[in-house]
Amino acid sequence: MARRRINLPLRISMLDKVLFYFFAGTAVASGVLMVTRRNVVHSAIFLITALLATAGIFLQLRAEFLFIVQIILYVGGIMVLFVFVIMLVNLDVALQQIQFARQRWVGLFVALALAAQVSFMFWTSGKMPGQGLPVLTAAAATKLPPNSEAVARSLFESYLLPFEIASVLLLVAMIGAVVMAKKRA
Amino acid sequence: MTNPIIQATIEFLKAFWAPLLCGVAIVAVLPLIVGYIVLVERKLMADMQARLGPMRVGPHGLLQPIADAVKLLIKEDIIPDNADKLVFWLAPVLSVGAALLSLAGLAIGPAFQIAQDINIGILFVVGVSALGIFGIVLGGWASNSHYSLMGALRSSAQLVSYETAAGMALVSALLFTGTLNIKSIVEAQSNEGIWFVMLAPVAFFTYLVASIAETNRAPFDLPEAESELVAGYMTEFSGFRWSLYFLAEYANMIVVASVATTLFLGGWLRPFSKVHELPGFHLLNLLDFVPVLLMVAIGVYCLQRTPKQPTRVQQMFMFAVAGLCFVLGLVLLVPVVVPIAKPFYAGIHGGFWFILKVSLYIYFFMWLRFTIPRYRFDQLMRLGWHFLIPLSIVNVLLVGVALIAGSYFHLQGWGLLLVTTPAAIITLIVAFLILAIEKEHGAPQDQSAASDFYAG
Repeated sequence: MARRRINLPLRISMLDKVLFYFFAGTAVASGVLMVTRRNVVHSAIFLITALLATAGIFLQLRAEFLFIVQIILYVGGIMVLFVFVIMLVNLDVALQQIQFARQRWVGLFVALALAAQVSFMFWTSGKMPGQGLPVLTAAAATKLPPNSEAVARSLFESYLLPFEIASVLLLVAMIGAVVMAKKRA
Repeated sequence: MTNPIIQATIEFLKAFWAPLLCGVAIVAVLPLIVGYIVLVERKLMADMQARLGPMRVGPHGLLQPIADAVKLLIKEDIIPDNADKLVFWLAPVLSVGAALLSLAGLAIGPAFQIAQDINIGILFVVGVSALGIFGIVLGGWASNSHYSLMGALRSSAQLVSYETAAGMALVSALLFTGTLNIKSIVEAQSNEGIWFVMLAPVAFFTYLVASIAETNRAPFDLPEAESELVAGYMTEFSGFRWSLYFLAEYANMIVVASVATTLFLGGWLRPFSKVHELPGFHLLNLLDFVPVLLMVAIGVYCLQRTPKQPTRVQQMFMFAVAGLCFVLGLVLLVPVVVPIAKPFYAGIHGGFWFILKVSLYIYFFMWLRFTIPRYRFDQLMRLGWHFLIPLSIVNVLLVGVALIAGSYFHLQGWGLLLVTTPAAIITLIVAFLILAIEKEHGAPQDQSAASDFYAG
């Protein structure tokens, strides 16, 4: 099978390109900064930035529901709890402890394996049919269904059972948390 | 090929110059609006405490906000030595930025909305305005002071607890519309001919309480309780930074009031906007003259007070205010009387009703502030987790059941009340049940131990 070219009926505007590289660059840079900062609160701020930049990329993909869910759940919910817990920790004590895991060789091995996997995927893409990167065709933004409706359709029609199983799992975790918190009193 | 960033900027300006201009206008005007809300609050407080309030700057203190703004701008800007400088600088900006950004999604009247027709409308407003919490938390942490940290901790705990209840209240109103788009939400209320506050009164109550807690207003102003924590998270902030926090707080009030207005109080719709289609209710169309009469009444009052002002400048100012009211009255009158100006009716009168409803909601906030004493922190948490959240979940469930029953009997508009009223009554019974259980289990012995942690 001949290599299919990514077929772009739309000319991607310069604005879209610049915004994409801005969001992608911000996400990667703040991801790196989040790991390397010594101050936990600074790390949390960079994690927030990374999550917001990812939300921006969702928005560029015309997935506005995912964009706002990313902001409400991850940034507005989970990160608030993160920061809340960080403030309860005594930072001066925490700073004196060893902050980085000292398993360099394991880390190096895992990173190399991941890099090999990704580069293999790039390398094979298009060479073998049905493998590697999926070749997508861009659709006009006006032809897309509204994103919240599309997400609801796929959650409650196509993937109802996995969705329900996931909800039960979350419920179990929640009840478990309540039980563990109650035991102390 | 030119610089891609310049090219992208040109493309952006070409596509979005109108919303950009509106956004700049809002950012420019909002501090003034907030200043006058503060003036109204001080006047109201004075009235409830049998005082006069600000009277010196301008007639009846009408120029006080401008004097305050100038004072704040020229105050010394202090950053504590041990503060985390960068975060200290970032926090107030974050707070006010989130509040201003969420204003973009709101629709003031059918014509005026900056981010036109975004599919996720109401979620955008709620989600982005919730980001303001980081400004408070990070500001409290960066000040490196115990009072600030306590305020920040209380604030984040409070927000997390009450956001669930507020979200559930929003969900039970959204069940009636089936869309998140702000314009469609108001249009749904217009089509049904009934505001959702009638269909989901319990949800409105839940949202009201939760929105007070989320904006850190009294009686839930624990994060800045001045009798316990000096000023909470903004203890170390002064001058312009402090005023940014203040701006964010009042902008957030406007946001929650607008969300409640859009979702529960019919947005820009006039009361009984659809009734005139029924026979015998034509007289209700006279409601269109209410805005005009209101403006004329205020103008006449100002004219009457003009000769009583002490100085010449104040007399002229009062006269100008009266003139402004008459002009506004004329603007509101024209679309009702002149047939050619009919197309502008929805825009102008919609704006009036929307702003009126938002003002009434904010007035209610102030009224509560001067009436009810502050809650204790454990009381606040118990109210949120043990009462509001179960109540709102039960409410969502029952509203859903009522809607299914309604579609089974093909009910619409006011007919929906037949099924939603029983649902509301059952929810109320559940509420009393929860309260009774609370009373039985409530007041545990280790209450003080639980509250000590945040009490400071």
